[in-house]
Amino acid sequence: MKKLLLLGDEAIAQGALDAGLSGAYGYPGTPSTEIIEYIQRNPEAIERNVHRTWSANEKTATEEALGMSYAGKRAIVTMKHVGLNVAADPYMNSALTGANGGIIVAVADDPSMHSSQNEQDSRFYGKFSLMPVVEPSNQQEAYEMPKYAFELSEKYHLPVLLRITTRLAHSRAGVIREEVLKENELHMPKDPNQFMLLPAIARKRYKHLLSIQDDLVRESENSPFNSYTEGKDKSLGIIACGLAYNYLMENYKDDKCPFPILKISQYPLPRKYIEKMISECDEILVLEEGMPLVEEMIRGYLNNGSKIRGRLDGSLPRDGELNPALVRKALGMSELESKEIPEVVAGRPPALCVGCPHADTYKELNKALEEYGKGFVFSDIGCYTLGFLPPYNAINTCVDMGASISMAVGAADAGLFPSVAVIGDSTFGHSGMTPLLDAVKTQANVVIMILDNDTTAMTGMQDSQVQGRIEDICYGIGVAKEHIRVINPLPAHFDENVKIIKEEIKYNGVSVIIPRRPCIHLFKKRH
Amino acid sequence: MKKDIILAGVGGQGILTIATIIGYAAIESGLYLKQAEVHGMSQRGGDVQSHLRISAKEIYSDLIPQGAADLIISVEPMEALRYLPYLSENGWLITNTQPYLNIPDYPEYEKLMNEIKSLPHNIALDADKIAKELGSSRFMNMVVLGAVKILLCDKMIKP
Ligand SMILES: Cc1ncc(C[n+]2csc(CCOP(=O)(O)OP(=O)(O)O)c2C)c(N)n1
Ligand code: SF4
Repeated sequence: MKKLLLLGDEAIAQGALDAGLSGAYGYPGTPSTEIIEYIQRNPEAIERNVHRTWSANEKTATEEALGMSYAGKRAIVTMKHVGLNVAADPYMNSALTGANGGIIVAVADDPSMHSSQNEQDSRFYGKFSLMPVVEPSNQQEAYEMPKYAFELSEKYHLPVLLRITTRLAHSRAGVIREEVLKENELHMPKDPNQFMLLPAIARKRYKHLLSIQDDLVRESENSPFNSYTEGKDKSLGIIACGLAYNYLMENYKDDKCPFPILKISQYPLPRKYIEKMISECDEILVLEEGMPLVEEMIRGYLNNGSKIRGRLDGSLPRDGELNPALVRKALGMSELESKEIPEVVAGRPPALCVGCPHADTYKELNKALEEYGKGFVFSDIGCYTLGFLPPYNAINTCVDMGASISMAVGAADAGLFPSVAVIGDSTFGHSGMTPLLDAVKTQANVVIMILDNDTTAMTGMQDSQVQGRIEDICYGIGVAKEHIRVINPLPAHFDENVKIIKEEIKYNGVSVIIPRRPCIHLFKKRH
Repeated sequence: MKKDIILAGVGGQGILTIATIIGYAAIESGLYLKQAEVHGMSQRGGDVQSHLRISAKEIYSDLIPQGAADLIISVEPMEALRYLPYLSENGWLITNTQPYLNIPDYPEYEKLMNEIKSLPHNIALDADKIAKELGSSRFMNMVVLGAVKILLCDKMIKP
């Protein structure tokens, strides 16, 4: 059969589609975005009418996927790692409700923070929730795992966490397709109490979840994705999780590693293999992409067993993503020779595009704030976060999606004046409406600028949920009509716009200013 | 056969198109391929790179180890140099010579070219100019890919 050339993300999407997927839910976030984008343009998904539109945020997406699972069909929900924080409530509770139709929570982590605020490791959420976790080490596994995970999910009536990291998500390789399964028929859960987490029922469900943990360990021990390879030299045993397995094998020509290797792509940990390795080998080296989860588990608090090496003893860096060279060093091999970057090379950081509407908005905002000095602008996450950089130096915070408005409210409560929030349209739809409600309720003295470029630009121009209804939403939430001001951020309107911003700063109450002009790349993408 | 290639340029210059074309050619030829790329930032103008690995045998790492690349293909001269730590001792560097000027501290052109010319195996060509002569500078990336094929393939791939 002909190979498909797929990104890790796309392999997951194709694998899920071929495994009888009925619905894909998610909110964009690098490096997870391409899973749903692939399904959105896949002719078979369109023909089958698989659900594939973006949700308002990761929490709603997860709940929608859970609803589809309740109705007996197979669903996947996708997000970046920090999205799982937003979805943590339904995610954690879904471990207790469990699943009816198979459900996969696909989360893409970003070690080294290529485009994220932190590098949290979603496997911790897997352990926290007591759900099984699968972690592909290559694109073919990324394709095969959804089918496996759906079956596991339906066998144990439990969601399965599928974790990938940036390198696999955004790396292409040839993938061989398998047979296409039919979608599930609509069917209700057998147990009418299953999804009813009243304390009395939740306690039973939790005991049930605990009672199947040993079975999940057995599943990991028998998993086709975990393997134990014997090695002659038992001075070292190597545990390689997910992608780290590749960086290990990269360093041995013709697969000839002298040490025993435990490849782990499914959790909970395959206990039998860990015990075998610890009893047979003098030292253990743990290679894992992300945080030292496995290393910490087998080391234990007192570390009074075999010598465990990894990120915690300095054999590998404590943070950042792995690569072949780092693993090579941890194996005690000599470094490959390599040149330095010549001194003449200058940095070329990303910047707002020439002609970007946000650039004009920031020039206007800076002018309006001139008389007050610096430090009054709470911002958020999106292209507009680049307004932090010169020449704009226009914003002072970026924490998590929606935090601009809530932090501005808190600062205004403390007496800061002026207190300005800057938030993008998609971010406003994601989690800006609830803090706006707080602002209105307490009549906070804040100016909220909703930068409406008609798209979710940062992650590649997805539609934004609030398109065409931002004013109505603000009015509905309770912002006074005369303090919802729409401006067109163009140099020609500079003076007029500065005047409007100044007026709203002076108004003692909640103002919303909506600078509205499409992202300059939007036209290209839509046509 | 095993070739490790770094593609370099500035966002929006079309290196991912080069990667895709080589990628499909490799798959069509029944070779193994891994191609890691950088996604996410929609804004144009930041540095971008892609690791492209082609082999007759299964490939493990999606990333090319430092000091192991056989070839750097760059559509911009300064970006070509950014990835020198990846180039192997006998590796080739082929680059467009037309600078992409979007930063205030872009280095002196002379100094850049001296660095490029000091490499034992380098090819530098004005791909923007050639593309313009052929109809549009938008195809600059394809000129660079063509140059790789014409000027380098025979040198690099020995039967
Ligand atoms: C919880 C969470 N989900 C997703 C992301 C990824 N993300 C960063 S910015 C952004 C959207 C930005 O869109 P918008 O607010 O419209 O601003 P624009 O980029 O269009 O200027 C997304 C989805 C994130 N950082 N955090
Ligand atoms: S992609 Fe659009 S919104 Fe983002 S910086 Fe460029 S013009 Fe601005």
